[in-house]
Amino acid sequence: MREEQGIGYSGAMIQATFQQEPAPVFPASQSVVSVTGLTKRFGERLVVDNISFDIQRGQCVGFLGPNGAGKTTCINMLLGLVEKSAGEIRIFGLEAPRFHREIKARIGVVPQADSLDPDLSVEENLRTYAGYFRIPRRLARTRVEELLHFFALHNRRDEIIEHLSGGQRRRLLLARALINEPQLLILDEPTIGLDPQARYLIWERLAILQAQGTTMLLTSHYLEEVSRLSQQVLILDHGQVVVQGEPQQLITDMVGVEVFEVDGTPAELDALEASFTQCHATLERVGDKLYVYAREDCSRLVKVLGEARNWLRRPANLEDLFIQLTGRSLRET
Amino acid sequence: MNGFSFWAIWLRNGRVWKKNILATLIGNLGQPLLFLLAMGYGLGRDMAEVEGLPYLQFIAPGLVASAVMYSAALETTYGSYTRLTVQKTYEAILMTPLGVVDLILGEIVWGASKGLLAGVIMLAALPLFGVVPSPWVVALLPVLFVSGMFFSACGLIMTSLAKNYDFFNYFTSLVITPLFLFSGIFFPVQTMAPPVRGILEILPLTPIVSLSRILCYGRFGEPILMKIVGSLLATGCAVWLAGYLLRRRLIQ
Repeated sequence: MREEQGIGYSGAMIQATFQQEPAPVFPASQSVVSVTGLTKRFGERLVVDNISFDIQRGQCVGFLGPNGAGKTTCINMLLGLVEKSAGEIRIFGLEAPRFHREIKARIGVVPQADSLDPDLSVEENLRTYAGYFRIPRRLARTRVEELLHFFALHNRRDEIIEHLSGGQRRRLLLARALINEPQLLILDEPTIGLDPQARYLIWERLAILQAQGTTMLLTSHYLEEVSRLSQQVLILDHGQVVVQGEPQQLITDMVGVEVFEVDGTPAELDALEASFTQCHATLERVGDKLYVYAREDCSRLVKVLGEARNWLRRPANLEDLFIQLTGRSLRET
Repeated sequence: MNGFSFWAIWLRNGRVWKKNILATLIGNLGQPLLFLLAMGYGLGRDMAEVEGLPYLQFIAPGLVASAVMYSAALETTYGSYTRLTVQKTYEAILMTPLGVVDLILGEIVWGASKGLLAGVIMLAALPLFGVVPSPWVVALLPVLFVSGMFFSACGLIMTSLAKNYDFFNYFTSLVITPLFLFSGIFFPVQTMAPPVRGILEILPLTPIVSLSRILCYGRFGEPILMKIVGSLLATGCAVWLAGYLLRRRLIQ
């Protein structure tokens, strides 16, 4: 199905109407989310182990980790869908779960699993959701209209959910999450399973929201997506925070500046490894491949590499950092 | 919970129901009306009066009560289970300011409303069979609503324990069908031997069937207070248990 994109939406309309109400009242320095010592046990199993982190206002924090690292459990604890075993959660300065009703009135969630209401049409989905937030009917109608246009769904308003494409469903989930003009948007794999066109459209919309100052918590396995949207990343593994910081800084500090990927027979790679010692770099062998994580400009190696069969030189990225911190072995839970 | 927050959930279900209005009505009313026709008219023509009523008149009020039971119980089993699992409707709702208590109340009140509607339509159809209810029938409506709450809550208890749709076979075969047959709809409970009578009288549908018959014809021959108090207590317990079990299933 064709995705209606490039509608020529300027962002002006939604910006105008979405900012009618006064800005949220809390000091600029205060964290939107503040988590201390958060822990969750399911029986004997420790799923989230003493996690602490903060999300500052207007920031997008990328929440990364292999499957089973505890990301979703963590998010569900923020939302009160999982009870915490220990620790403290404050959202908008309010203690959770005590003030969940107040907190959730100001949060928007795009869940990983599609939870659109298949019994209702596109427009009815948004209106019904507005009802859950007790948004007055007239205001809800205006917002639904804006969101349908913002996400290029206005031509599909009467469609039943089953007839929507994957991209349209995801856009509707995002539109639904914005119905209450949330100050914090929680995105759990917002573009999972989408084709590149559909993903770009969502990224573009998220960038507009970010420019408007919406705070975001993003989990994704698409690390390109995280690099694009997040100012901060937090990598979880085995229920613990492995590293936390500004992504480019972390990559430079922990991985290096650039990466050489070299194919070759074990003998060839052995020989190369020896010559690479002249450059400040970390080496890793995976099967018939040699990875060279260079901490400095290693242009002089290009001459040596010319003799190898097949090689590639590229900037170090978030994926390198992720693999370095959480390993290459498969996680199956 | 916050006052009438659960109303948003009731409205959601109502919005969906409006789309399939005919199918749900036929589903809920087909059976009691057919029973009334087959048993009351077909079988009852040649039967002696029961408790001073022609057989069709004797069974009609009980069938109204059974319509409420079926409608309410099916809504919160098959309907609610679909919303809980396949459609993830509850998950989506719990991401809003609504909580588990709102969710449970919304579902139970919705099931009771559907039950009440089925009962009202049955009552409205009775004159077609020559049964004209007394004005006391107005007082029957709250009774039917409470009964709807009870059976909705029972359905929701099943839903919070179910692993798949087949699980509801236990509920319909072991609970709903026996209640339909043994709660005094088709034969008078009072004339049974004492131990059997005792058992039948504590079945949750029995007092509702009696009240239904009393209020339908305005014949106040037996005490009603105990039946009302007992039904209210049972409903309170069932709602509480449904809430406890569904919370356990939804919040880990």
